[in-house]
Amino acid sequence: MKSAAQIAGEVNSGATSAVAELTRSLEAVRARNDELHVFLFVDEEGALAAARRVDDVVARGGSAGPLAGVPIAIKDNMCQRGVPTTCASKILQGWRPPYSATVVEKLLAAGAVPVGKTNLDEFAMGSSTENSAFGPTRNPLDTSRVPGGSSGGSAAAVAADMTPIAIGSDTGGSIRQPAALCGVIGVKPTYGLVSRYGLVAFASSLDQIGPFAKTVTDAATLLEVLAGHDPLDSTSLPEPSPSLVAHVGDGVAGQRVGVVRELIEGADEEVLEAVARAREALEKAGATTVELSIPELRLGLSAYYLIAPAEASSNLARYDGVRYGLRVDGDDVAAMNEATRTAGFGAEVKRRIMLGTYALSAGYYDAYYGQALKVRTQMIGAFARAYREVDLLLGATTPTVAFAFGAKTANPLSMYLSDVFTIPTNLAGEAAISVPFGTGEGGLPVGVQLLGPGRSEARLFAAARVLEIADGRP
Amino acid sequence: MTLEHGYEMVVGLEVHTELRTRSKMFCGCPNQFGAEANTNICPVCLGLPGSLPVLNVRAVELAMAIGVALHCTIAPSTFHRKNYFYPDMPKDYQISQYDLPINVGGYLDLPDASRVTIERAHLEEDTGKSTHLGGTGRLQGADRSLVDYNRSGVPLVEIVSGPDIRSSAQARAYAQELRGILIATGASDGRMEEGSMRIDANVSVRQANAALGTRCEIKNLNSLRSLQRAIDYEARRQVEMLEHGEVVRQETRHWDENLGETSTMRTKEEAEDYRYFREPDLVDLIPDQAWQDRVRAGLPAMPAERRRQLRERLNEPTEAQLDAVEVVIDLGLETLVEAAVERGADVTLAISRAANEVAAAIDEVANLTPAAFADTVLMEQHGQLSATQAKTVLGELLANGGDPRAIASQRGFEQLSTDSLEAIVDSLIEAHPDEWSRYREGDEKLAQFFVGQVMKLTRGQADGKAVIAALQQRR
Repeated sequence: MKSAAQIAGEVNSGATSAVAELTRSLEAVRARNDELHVFLFVDEEGALAAARRVDDVVARGGSAGPLAGVPIAIKDNMCQRGVPTTCASKILQGWRPPYSATVVEKLLAAGAVPVGKTNLDEFAMGSSTENSAFGPTRNPLDTSRVPGGSSGGSAAAVAADMTPIAIGSDTGGSIRQPAALCGVIGVKPTYGLVSRYGLVAFASSLDQIGPFAKTVTDAATLLEVLAGHDPLDSTSLPEPSPSLVAHVGDGVAGQRVGVVRELIEGADEEVLEAVARAREALEKAGATTVELSIPELRLGLSAYYLIAPAEASSNLARYDGVRYGLRVDGDDVAAMNEATRTAGFGAEVKRRIMLGTYALSAGYYDAYYGQALKVRTQMIGAFARAYREVDLLLGATTPTVAFAFGAKTANPLSMYLSDVFTIPTNLAGEAAISVPFGTGEGGLPVGVQLLGPGRSEARLFAAARVLEIADGRP
Repeated sequence: MTLEHGYEMVVGLEVHTELRTRSKMFCGCPNQFGAEANTNICPVCLGLPGSLPVLNVRAVELAMAIGVALHCTIAPSTFHRKNYFYPDMPKDYQISQYDLPINVGGYLDLPDASRVTIERAHLEEDTGKSTHLGGTGRLQGADRSLVDYNRSGVPLVEIVSGPDIRSSAQARAYAQELRGILIATGASDGRMEEGSMRIDANVSVRQANAALGTRCEIKNLNSLRSLQRAIDYEARRQVEMLEHGEVVRQETRHWDENLGETSTMRTKEEAEDYRYFREPDLVDLIPDQAWQDRVRAGLPAMPAERRRQLRERLNEPTEAQLDAVEVVIDLGLETLVEAAVERGADVTLAISRAANEVAAAIDEVANLTPAAFADTVLMEQHGQLSATQAKTVLGELLANGGDPRAIASQRGFEQLSTDSLEAIVDSLIEAHPDEWSRYREGDEKLAQFFVGQVMKLTRGQADGKAVIAALQQRR
C-alpha cells in the first residue's frame, strides 16, 4: 500500500487520480470489513464526490493540498455533515449531524477523501472496542484479538491497509494504545493543538484528536493539516499549525532522553525488551539516556477515573431523548429520560456516568473530584521537573501486546490498567507518540511510547523517525 | 417596616436580566425576542454533540458595566456547569458562574437614601422556553410539551442582593432603581413583561433584631406588582405560622398571581444537587485593567445622578413634580427635557409633557426627536399652541415623527390672536349675563362654562388657560 505522501504526490502530479486511489481503498474495505468490522458506515457516495473534486482541482492545474486524494478513516465520534455519527452507541443511532467538525473541514480542504466512520468503544469509553454497541472490531493482524481502543476501528483501518491514514481521539490513550496493538503510529497531540469542535465530548479537559499512520512522515503531514487555532474552540491554542514534516529528519543527536520507571513497570517481558532496544537505538543515533522515576505518575490512573467520568457524566447528560437520537417513551418527561438512557447506553457508559455523578456529588466532591484535580496539578509539576533534566521521555505504550476477546471484559479494572502508561500525558495536557518497535508473542507488534512537553511534536516526530529507521522501515 | 406581632421581614432579591447583545452568549445566533419558534438556533445553542461554546465579549462588557454601576469589584472569574435535567436546557447543564463570579461586593443606594448591598452579579446562559399542553399544564402531567430554543443561550446576569431589604415597598424601589441602572448601562431593555428581567425573592421574618429566620425563595416574579404582593403575602404567611407555633421550612415557592398566594414548589430535601464543576470548554475570564477602564469610561450617568441633576432644576418641587421626575428618569426621557430646557423651555412644562404625553406612548419614543419635542413645548409656552393642541401635536410626532410646525398648520392649529380671543370673551359675557355675574360672585365652576363656550366657537383652537386669564382680568 502506498503511503499518504506518495498518493498525494502522485495525485497532485497527475500520475494517479483520487478516484483511482479511492477505488483501491474501497476494494480493501469490501474485502475485509465484514470480517474485521472496522467501519460502522462507509460513505461511498460522499467519498466519490470528494475524490472527484480533488481530481477537478488537479485537472485545472491546481494543487489539491498536502493530502490530495488520500483516503482517510474517521473515528465515529467526529461529526461530518449528513453522515451518520453514532459514537458506537444506540442512543445516537441514525443521527446525522447538520455540521462538520473543524478537523473534517480541514481534511477536506487539504484534499483528503473521508471514506467512512470507524468503530470505537461506545463514547470512546474502553480499550478494546468491545464496548461498541454494534459489535467489536477485530485486530487485522490476529482476528482472535482485540485491536485496542477506543479508536480500534481507525487503528485497524490503517493496519489492514484500508486507508493509509486515519484519525482518532485520545482521552486516556485511545489513539496510542490501539496504535501499539495494531502495529501503527499513533499520536496524542498537545491539548489544544487540534480543535475539538465537532468531536463528541467524552472528557473535555482530556480529549484530543490525533493521527494514525504507517509512517512518521504521514503522521506528521496529517497532524500539520489538523493542527492550528480554531476560533470555535475556546481551549484551542492561539498559534497557527506548527511546522512538523520539515523536522522529521532532525534526528536525536544531543537530545537527552529519560527512561521512566513508572512507564514500564508491570509490563510484559517482550515489551520491556522493546523499550530497551528503543533506548539503544536512540543512543546509537546520538541521544544520551538516563533512567528516572516520576512517582506521581502512579496516581494517574485513579485520578483519571475520577476526572474523566465526572466530565462524562455531564457531557452525556444531553442524550435525554428530547431533541435527537433514541427516544423511548415514558409516562412523563422524567420517565422518558430514564427509559431512553436505560435502553440507549451500554454497561460501561452507565458505569462511568454513575462513577462521575458520585464523584461530583455534594459531600463527596472534595474527597474525590477535588482530590483528583490536586493529583493532576501535581502530575503537571512532576512532568515539568522531569523536562528540566531531559528533552523527551521513553516508556511503553501498553503493558502487553494485543489481548484476546473477552480477556478483560469481566474485570473493568484490568481493562483500565491497559491505559496506565498513556493516561499521564492526557492529565498533563502534553504530547506523546506510540511507535511500533519489534514484535512479541505470536509476532504481534509492540509499541514504545515517546513523551514530550506541550508543543514538542516536532521533537517527538524526529525521535520517532529514528526508531522507525532502527525498526527496519527506512 | 414592622409587621404584626413585632416581626420584621428580611428580604434579599436575585434579579436575572437578559443582556441586550446582538448575538447569544456562546454562539452567533441572534439574541432576539419574539422570533418564530426554533429559528434562532444552531449546533451550539442546541447543545448538539460535539459543539463547543465561545464566550461573547459584548456580554462580558455589559456584565462589567453592571458591576461598575453597582460599585462592585470586577474579579478574575471562571465558568462552571450547573447540572440538572430539564427539557428546555439542551445540554442538561447550564453554564454559569459559581464560586468566582465576575462582579463581587457592591451596593445600590435607593432614592429614599437606604442602601442595599450587592453580593455578586454573575454571568450565565438562559434556557429555552417550554409550553405544556393539556393535563396539568405543568411539565409533569402535561399531555404534550413543546420547547422553543430561541432563548437558549441568551446571556443573563444574575444580581444577588444582600438580605438588607425590610419592606415590600423597599424591594419594589430596589427593583425599580436596578431596572433604571440596567437600562442606563445599555445592558437590558428592562422589559419585565417580556421576561428580560425576572426576580426571585428570598423572604424570612424575625422579631426585630433577632437572628435571621428560615427563608423561603419565591421564584419568577415577573412584575413589580407581583414582587410587592408576593413578598407581603409570604411575610404574612410566615408570621402566621410562627404565631401558631409552627416552623417555617426552607423551601422554594411558586407565586400565583391570580390567587395572590405562594405555594410549595420543592422543599430543601427535594433540592437538586447541581454537581457544579469547572466548565472545561471555556478558559478563565480575567478582564485586564485596560478593558475595565474602557468599560468604566464608556458608562453614562446612572439614574441617581440624573435624578439629582433634574431635581436641582426645580424650585421647591411639588410631590406631583417629583413623581413626574421619577417617570422621566425611569423611562430615560431626560435627554428630551434637557434639550427643551436648553432652548429656553420651562422645566416644569417640559417634565410634565415628557412624564405624561411622551410616557403614554413610550414604545414610539424613537420617532420623537429632542428638537421636535423642544419646539412643541416652546410653541405651547409662547401661546402658539393651546395645551390640548400641544398634546395632539406630540401624539402625532410620537406616532409618525415629523415637524411640529408643519403638523400644527396641517391640523389648522392656527394661533388665535389675543385680540380675537378677548373679543370672543367679551361677546360671551354679553350673551350670558347671569352666568357672568355668578362667576364674579365667586362661583368658579362657571369659568369652565365660559371656556367650553370659547372652545365651541373656536373649534378647540383657543388656549384654555388664556381664556381663564381673560375672564379673571374682567372679573
